[in-house]
Amino acid sequence: MADQRALYEQVILDHNKSPRNYGEMECPDHKAEGYNALCGDQFTIFLKMGDGDIIEDISFEGAGCAISKSSASVMTTMLKGKTQDEAKALFTGFTEMLTSDVDTPFDIEVVGKAQVFSGVREYPVRVKCATLAWHTLMSALEDADGTVSTE
Amino acid sequence: MSIETSTFDVQTIRKDFPILEKARPHGKSLVYLDNAASNQKPQAVIDAITHYYTHQNSNVHRGIHHLSQVATLHYDAVREKVRDFFNAPSAQEIVFTSGNTDAINLVAQSYGGAFLSEGDEVVITEMEHHSNIVPWQMICEKTGATLRIAPINDDGEVIAEEYETLLNEKTKFVSIVYVSNALGTVNPVKEMTRLAHDAGAAVLLDAAQAAPHMRIDVQDLDCDFLTISPHKMCGPTGIGALYGKAELLDKMPPFKGGGDMILSVTFDETIYNEVPYKFEAGTPNIAGVIGLGAAIDYMMGIGLDQIEAHEAELLAYGTKILQQVDGLRMIGTANHKAGVLGFVLEAAHPHDIGQILDGEGVAIRAGHHCAQPVMKHFGIPATARASLSLYNTKEDLDALVVALGNVNEMFG
Ligand SMILES: Cc1ncc(COP(=O)(O)O)c(C=O)c1O
Repeated sequence: MADQRALYEQVILDHNKSPRNYGEMECPDHKAEGYNALCGDQFTIFLKMGDGDIIEDISFEGAGCAISKSSASVMTTMLKGKTQDEAKALFTGFTEMLTSDVDTPFDIEVVGKAQVFSGVREYPVRVKCATLAWHTLMSALEDADGTVSTE
Repeated sequence: MSIETSTFDVQTIRKDFPILEKARPHGKSLVYLDNAASNQKPQAVIDAITHYYTHQNSNVHRGIHHLSQVATLHYDAVREKVRDFFNAPSAQEIVFTSGNTDAINLVAQSYGGAFLSEGDEVVITEMEHHSNIVPWQMICEKTGATLRIAPINDDGEVIAEEYETLLNEKTKFVSIVYVSNALGTVNPVKEMTRLAHDAGAAVLLDAAQAAPHMRIDVQDLDCDFLTISPHKMCGPTGIGALYGKAELLDKMPPFKGGGDMILSVTFDETIYNEVPYKFEAGTPNIAGVIGLGAAIDYMMGIGLDQIEAHEAELLAYGTKILQQVDGLRMIGTANHKAGVLGFVLEAAHPHDIGQILDGEGVAIRAGHHCAQPVMKHFGIPATARASLSLYNTKEDLDALVVALGNVNEMFG
């Protein structure tokens, strides 16, 4: 089962079991819903923006596979206190890491703890699971108060 | 080509399927339990297709040259094999299509387009595959007919009384799945057909998941149409077959226009060919038809009743040993089932189950199985599904249970 262990890092299993920042937020400034038709995954991201640029609070709610759920959870832990630009840079770094070749090195500085998802690169069908929450975040930041889909 | 075996020996049968030995997913031996999506092909089918391209390839119904005649002969002979497989009265009642989906669309568009109008009703069940939902939604929208849904109970069986109440003088068409791909339920289609006929409706049976597992007799069922998916019964992809009663096919308009489906064409008038050619526009999937013929020979050579008995034993065994897995809930617990073991685990999402199993060489399907209304009924986004074929063994199911234990260990 060694190869699957590389995908399901301990951190991923832990966040799947006990997701952080989980639950609906009262009076969020921004929210967006994301849907992945392949797994039926569905998440809502809630945001509270301080002076308009800084993510003061973030939470998520929904259901999905271990990869999508833990990715949402890890993401929320990385974003509190970040500016919109910083959040967007993380999004770019994260999606670049996941869509790069397995052998291509990625910048750990840029992706931070989200590096635990680098194993997903070996399973192209799961990339959509790992990026669902991130795409939903982008949509929430733009306040497109609609549904994004990674399918 | 048919192999006369009176005793069913699964180990001998496995040797007919080269992939079972040759494929080494992640270096493991293959435990293939995704047969409801598509099953594996015996050497006889692979050889028949290769033989056709090596020795007989040519277009059919077109040439006077030797090869075209040989190809036509073999192509047309398969229509007779399918007739025999269905126990249909006449080979004229067999139409080749590009798949099960294509066959349902043919009936919905041609029959529905011609004979449905505003105020009419079409009845399907809650457990249909999307391919037996969407074509009817499309034709209902076009004709103004109304689509009505016969609900299922929590075991995944159509609720008989509800089905009966839905049928009335407005019901013009009833389209039902013979065996559910998501639940494994075997519907009482003979009785359901009789009730639909009493109401004056025509009936299509989607036998995509029935044909791989049991003997089909369209005369006994008395259905008006029946569709199969050859790639789920040892045949190639890209080919399908439709049975339709001759008197209905005769009065239906063509589905697609082109070569082969006409007798003569002028710019003033085109005269359509007779059935079944009227419904087979263009150069058909000749190699696919040849492969389907070999698949039917193969299955009938083993014996459809033997296949059914072997799989029934596996299904009972699988149902029993899956109960031992912690936190496992079966989805689809009908009294009469075939081929399918659908389930969810408390600890892990179906997609994660599928991923871990894959690492052990165990191939199953995780998802909504193109039956989202079924998932909605059970309030779940997806299930994990192990589905059986004639070459599966109890050891395959043991491997499944061991791998599920690993899933629980990892996610629990
Ligand atoms: C019950 C049922 N109907 C129809 C289909 C569609 O068959 P195909 O995709 O071969 O056209 C399937 C295939 O999954 C099925 O299981």
